Amino acid sequence: MRLNKPTAGLRPKAVPIVAATAMALTLAGCISVNAPEEPIVIELNINIRQEVIYRLAADAGTTIDENADIF
Amino acid sequence: MTLSDLRRSFARNLFGGMVACAMLAGPVAGTAHAQARDPAYDAARSAGKVGEKMDGYLGIVGQESAELRRVVNDINIKRRALYAQRAQAANATLQEYALTAGCLAILRTAPGEKYQAPDGSWQTRTSQPPMRDSRCPA
Repeated sequence: MRLNKPTAGLRPKAVPIVAATAMALTLAGCISVNAPEEPIVIELNINIRQEVIYRLAADAGTTIDENADIF
Repeated sequence: MTLSDLRRSFARNLFGGMVACAMLAGPVAGTAHAQARDPAYDAARSAGKVGEKMDGYLGIVGQESAELRRVVNDINIKRRALYAQRAQAANATLQEYALTAGCLAILRTAPGEKYQAPDGSWQTRTSQPPMRDSRCPA
C-alpha cells in the first residue's frame, strides 16, 4: 500500500500541466526518431581516443620492426 | 630437507635460470632485425588466407582449417604478449596499444594481402592506401 502513496499524493493540478506539455511537444513535432538508412557500424573500442593512438604510433612502429617474424 | 637446504636449492635454481635466460636472450636480441616469418605464415599471408584485423591481431579469411588456426593462434598469442609488455612500458592499455599496432600493420600490408576495413569486411590491399579507422595515424 505504501508503494502507491507517491502517485496518490501527486497534486491534482500537476496532471493537466504534464499532459499539456506532452501534447504540445507532440504537436510541435519536436521529437522525431527516424531509423538510419545506412547500416549501423559498431566502432571498435570507441573509447580509445585518437591522441592515445598518435602517442603510441612511433613505439608501435618500432615494435613491429623489431618483431618482423610475427607481423 | 631442512630450510637452509631449500634456500640453497632455490638460489641455485634462480642462478641457473638467470644464466639460461641470458644465454637465450643473447642470440635473440642479436638477430632482432633479421627475423623472418614462419614459411607457413608467410605463404598463408601471400595467398590471402590470413589478414590483418583492425584490433592488431591476425584473422582467418574464408575457410578455416586446423593448420591455419594453429598458425594464426600462435602468432596472435605472441603479439598479445608483446603488446602487453610494450603497453605497460608506454603507460597505455593493451587494447590501445593493439589498436595502434593494427593501424600500422594494415598500412604495411603489401598489395594482394588481406586486411580488415572499418566496416569489418575483408579487403585486398591494392597500391592505394588501405581503408582504415579514422583514428589511425597517417
